[in-house]
Amino acid sequence: MSFINYASREINCKIVYYGPGLCGKTTNLQYVYQKTAPDAKGKMISLATETERTLFFDFLPLSLGEIRGFKTRFHLYTVPGQVFYDASRKLILKGVDGVVFVADSQEERIDANIESLENLRINLKEQGYDLDKLPYIIQYNKRDLPGAMPVEELRRELNPTNVPEFEACATTGEGVFETLKAVAKLILIDLKKGK
Amino acid sequence: MSNPQLVMYDEEFQEINDVIGRLLKEANAKVIFLVDKNGQLISGVGETERFDTTSLASLTAGNIAATGGLAKLIGEKEFSILFHEGEKDNLHISIVGGRVILVVLFDSRSSLGLVRLRVKKSSEELSTIFEKLMKKSEEREKRGSSEFPFAEITDDDIDNLFS
Repeated sequence: MSFINYASREINCKIVYYGPGLCGKTTNLQYVYQKTAPDAKGKMISLATETERTLFFDFLPLSLGEIRGFKTRFHLYTVPGQVFYDASRKLILKGVDGVVFVADSQEERIDANIESLENLRINLKEQGYDLDKLPYIIQYNKRDLPGAMPVEELRRELNPTNVPEFEACATTGEGVFETLKAVAKLILIDLKKGK
Repeated sequence: MSNPQLVMYDEEFQEINDVIGRLLKEANAKVIFLVDKNGQLISGVGETERFDTTSLASLTAGNIAATGGLAKLIGEKEFSILFHEGEKDNLHISIVGGRVILVVLFDSRSSLGLVRLRVKKSSEELSTIFEKLMKKSEEREKRGSSEFPFAEITDDDIDNLFS
């Protein structure tokens, strides 16, 4: 849940990037980190293995500016995508305000996408959240690869509820900020409702 | 929801800072932080400018979450105190009132025994303040969120953030 501090006039929100292993969650954060002005970001932390696979999480704090005198801060987290890190993934979802599901567009990863999405729903439920009620965005990543499935097919498999979706290529940055902006906006709209 | 939204008001913020400010002196510590279990920094006293407080908060919460997971695996509710010993500096991390994390950084000018003793006393005071805070925000929520700063924002306000 977001943390509102009247004393320091700040609002802090938590965004989690979820998805199967090697789908590009960390790459999304790295691109955001590279392209953000130094005064708007903190240090990016990656708890990764020696082979650069995420072990626990990546973390990137961003400050977006002020709304009505309140500084808005977003904390971006990724989860470890590999199936056997499920215990860690559950921990990172604690206190989440918005979710980005990063799907790997390659045909051979469609089963991994579906499995990860089901896993997201189950893990959220364990924490008392309902994915259909959270600010939630889908990103179809790796659109540049030759084996990428058509978006219509991905949508049919992964986005039956028609949440906002974006095509992306996280290595070049295409679609990365569009995704981030969209989820941040949904979170702020949710806050506005005073949920 | 697992945790209700944390809202901090000026009055309680001041009280919290008084308590951890006193703890800093009494425990002879270098820095003290209070962190929400979700990884948000609530407050800090001492030589805070020497540290990347945002990262520290997020990693502390991750640490507590991971050890909490371990605790559950062996049938414990949680491990309420963690201690990390370094060559020069040490970290004493404890859970206050079930939802906030108190981090005390100290060196050889203090000792683990002293820190534990002082933390215990301060934890009780902090628990009381946080309980009061939770009640206060619940009551305000019941009365409607009219004073909530986001109730009146427009779509334009949100769009302006991204321009």
